[in-house]
Amino acid sequence: MPAPESAASSSSRALQVALVVVGFFVLWQLGVMLGRPPDYLLPAPNAIFAELMTAPLYYFRNAMQTIGATLLGFTLALVVGCLAAVGIVYSRVLENTLYTLLVALNSVPKVALAPLFIIWMGTGLSSKIAISFLIALFAIVVDSVLGLRSVDPDAVDLFRSLKGGRLQTLLLLRAPNALPHLFSGMKVAMSLALVGAIAGEFVASQAGLGYVILAAQGAFQTTRVFAAIVLLGVLGTILFYIVDLAERLVCPWHVSHRARHRGES
Amino acid sequence: MNDLPSADQAFLAVSRLDKRYGTQEEGILALKEVSIEIGNAEFVSLLGPSGCGKSTLLRCIAGLERPSAGMIELERRVVIGPPDNMGIVFQRDVLLDWLTVIRNVLLPARIRRLPLEELRPKAERLLHLIGLGGFEDRFPWELSGGMRQRVAICRALLLDPSLLLMDEPFGALDAMTRDELNIELQRLWLADAKTVLFVTHSIAEAVFLSDRVAVMSRSPGRIVEVITVDLPRPRELAVRETAEFARYVSQIRRIFESFGMLRGSHARA
Repeated sequence: MPAPESAASSSSRALQVALVVVGFFVLWQLGVMLGRPPDYLLPAPNAIFAELMTAPLYYFRNAMQTIGATLLGFTLALVVGCLAAVGIVYSRVLENTLYTLLVALNSVPKVALAPLFIIWMGTGLSSKIAISFLIALFAIVVDSVLGLRSVDPDAVDLFRSLKGGRLQTLLLLRAPNALPHLFSGMKVAMSLALVGAIAGEFVASQAGLGYVILAAQGAFQTTRVFAAIVLLGVLGTILFYIVDLAERLVCPWHVSHRARHRGES
Repeated sequence: MNDLPSADQAFLAVSRLDKRYGTQEEGILALKEVSIEIGNAEFVSLLGPSGCGKSTLLRCIAGLERPSAGMIELERRVVIGPPDNMGIVFQRDVLLDWLTVIRNVLLPARIRRLPLEELRPKAERLLHLIGLGGFEDRFPWELSGGMRQRVAICRALLLDPSLLLMDEPFGALDAMTRDELNIELQRLWLADAKTVLFVTHSIAEAVFLSDRVAVMSRSPGRIVEVITVDLPRPRELAVRETAEFARYVSQIRRIFESFGMLRGSHARA
């Protein structure tokens, strides 16, 4: 049975990652204790942790702001991206216009557009959501299009032989078949959505972890900068694993395939 | 073709069928003037080397491809799209990974928007009949290749088609599993006789299963001879060691040789 094997291998992998991360912080701590660099260059991990503890509410509030922008941008990208992908797969016109445009625009670093959104939408949450959305959208569209297209031609023939219409072929065959691709797109998109939110906060904001970093940097409060970065690292990891967990729940067939392929190779 | 049940009662009639890919001048002729009539509940194999158009012929009959010329009639109605009373099994099982075995078998009902609950007992019975009772709630990835193809056969039989089309269904299986499924298929067919059109490139498989074997040649793809196999049923695997069986096999092999398709001992029996 593949299931217990994959669970065992993934938990041992998680343990390995945890050990490496802990080891990294231990080395950092030792390095700072021995080398004694000035605080404004490199604070020790225990100082960063202490900083987080001095104002937990402050960090919590700002983290929530960033998470909110990230999740809203991501969700919007997911909904719009999936709809766009279906349109692109079923319509030659949309493929030639929308898809071509998306691919062409993807070579523009979207972070460079952040100032524009501040001009258009102000310095509040909505501009961060918009940047987050835009930067995450491409990954969702590209992977969904790929997934919707990569169906077994024999399966399409099977549906045709049973007179399955376009809608049924989409719902019963193409969409479930695309889910694994969609999830790999979602993992990338989630990381990018966080990048987008931070980029927006860097340009202009009154809240969020990006704002915390920028404000602390201005005052040379390096420990505070590090505290926000550590929080961002934790947040990014949690968001990634939320998508990973959803994938396990929604398409267990694919996860078990993958585990078995890894076991064989 | 002098042994038809009765020419005007043919269940499936293919007449002067051409299938051309590409243009008239430059295209290739995959099928040329193919004609065959198949009676109700008859088991007929299309046998030939790869590239002889046997799968193309099957796909034309399935209504998945348009013939370039000629006509196909199923129960006296011209086939212009996939017929209602047809089931199809491909070389690959094309089970949907995200559905359990029972839901894969019920897929045709879902596509056709038929009530699933009414067909569920039928699906369970088919699985039981083919030796997969108790596997209803497993997923395809938990099954072996032979078991997966059995599920595909059940799926093709769910809506009780009068015509079953099989496109090298056991081509990807190992020899022993293949033998097992040959026996299984014969058993199903004897229990509930349907018209079966079975594509294969194995002479032994064709002789073992069929009432008649249509021997095909390539460039252009055509039927060169139809052999009637007069072995008593039910046939057991041991029938393959009898002199009669060997006679059929060598007769077919000689046909292939006379068309330059088998040289030396390339024959796959």
